[in-house]
Amino acid sequence: MKLLSLLVAVAAFAITANVIAQETVNPGGLATIRGASPIDETRPAEKLKRVIKDKNPIARNYVHQPPVVPHQTRGYRVDLNSNKCLSCHSWKHAVETGATKISLTHYETRDGKTLSDVSPRRYFCSQCHVTQADAAPLVENTFEPVESLGNE
Amino acid sequence: MLKNFWTFLKSPSSAALWFILAIGFAGGVIFWGGFNTALEVTNTEEFCISCHEMQDNVYEEYRETIHYANRSGVRATCPDCHVPKKWTDKIVRKIAASKEVWGMLTGVIDTREKFVDHRRSMAEREWKRMKENDSLECRNCHNFEYMDFSEQGNRSVKMHSDALASGEKTCIDCHKGIAHELPDMKGVENW
Repeated sequence: MKLLSLLVAVAAFAITANVIAQETVNPGGLATIRGASPIDETRPAEKLKRVIKDKNPIARNYVHQPPVVPHQTRGYRVDLNSNKCLSCHSWKHAVETGATKISLTHYETRDGKTLSDVSPRRYFCSQCHVTQADAAPLVENTFEPVESLGNE
Repeated sequence: MLKNFWTFLKSPSSAALWFILAIGFAGGVIFWGGFNTALEVTNTEEFCISCHEMQDNVYEEYRETIHYANRSGVRATCPDCHVPKKWTDKIVRKIAASKEVWGMLTGVIDTREKFVDHRRSMAEREWKRMKENDSLECRNCHNFEYMDFSEQGNRSVKMHSDALASGEKTCIDCHKGIAHELPDMKGVENW
């Protein structure tokens, strides 16, 4: 009798352990944006997208959208010492370089005070303005860009 | 003994003139070859980064740039940009560079902090040198004569066909900080 109960206990333990082990590797059957790989596996990184080399300005999709960057920005540093973007897009240089001037809103602090140079909170260009690559949307959507901003 | 040696030096050799000349010639070839080989050894990337000042600062920064890694695998190593190719200019630059040996011995930039503090003055020296020789080291590879504007981006065409073509600007005027990080650019023209 004792032997029988021991056997049952061992078998029950083995089955539960097996079930638990299976559950930890079970991805749940969900394919997320990062793919359907099991959670305990590292999947290979996606290939880097090729960024647009140099194109004319791209129309905005909605009012107050930060315009996107239609050119490469590899190696463009924006830090305490220098700001490569502003060496063309600042008001001082934009006339000569033919680049789009930064908006005057970039000179304002969050209290609405106007400064004599770019406000520190608007200094890090790539926080809002990003380079474009020919990439399909991750999630299908029905967004329509605003027609009045020059979208076809 | 000493006197004997002196007379040996003073008395004309009994060897034939052609033999003496041949020895002189061979010796000259060996000396010159050795000198040039030694000079070329100091003109390699391994030599440059054998000092930690170069290895930990400028070399690490340069490894992220297009002159280190790019699609076609063509590289520009340290001497390609920092040492002139022409022999006379090279010797002048090499002699001037002996100051850097002194800097290494005295440890002017032997920590990252010291290096960063010195970056502006060192960068300015290189900008000035390149401005004065019309960016010669850039042009050793990037020859304006053979630039195909149809292959360049809009921005490049605009700048190159205007400021560069007229000789008003030279490469380094716009392309600063392409291989190393920049110092504080306050007051630098066009920044």
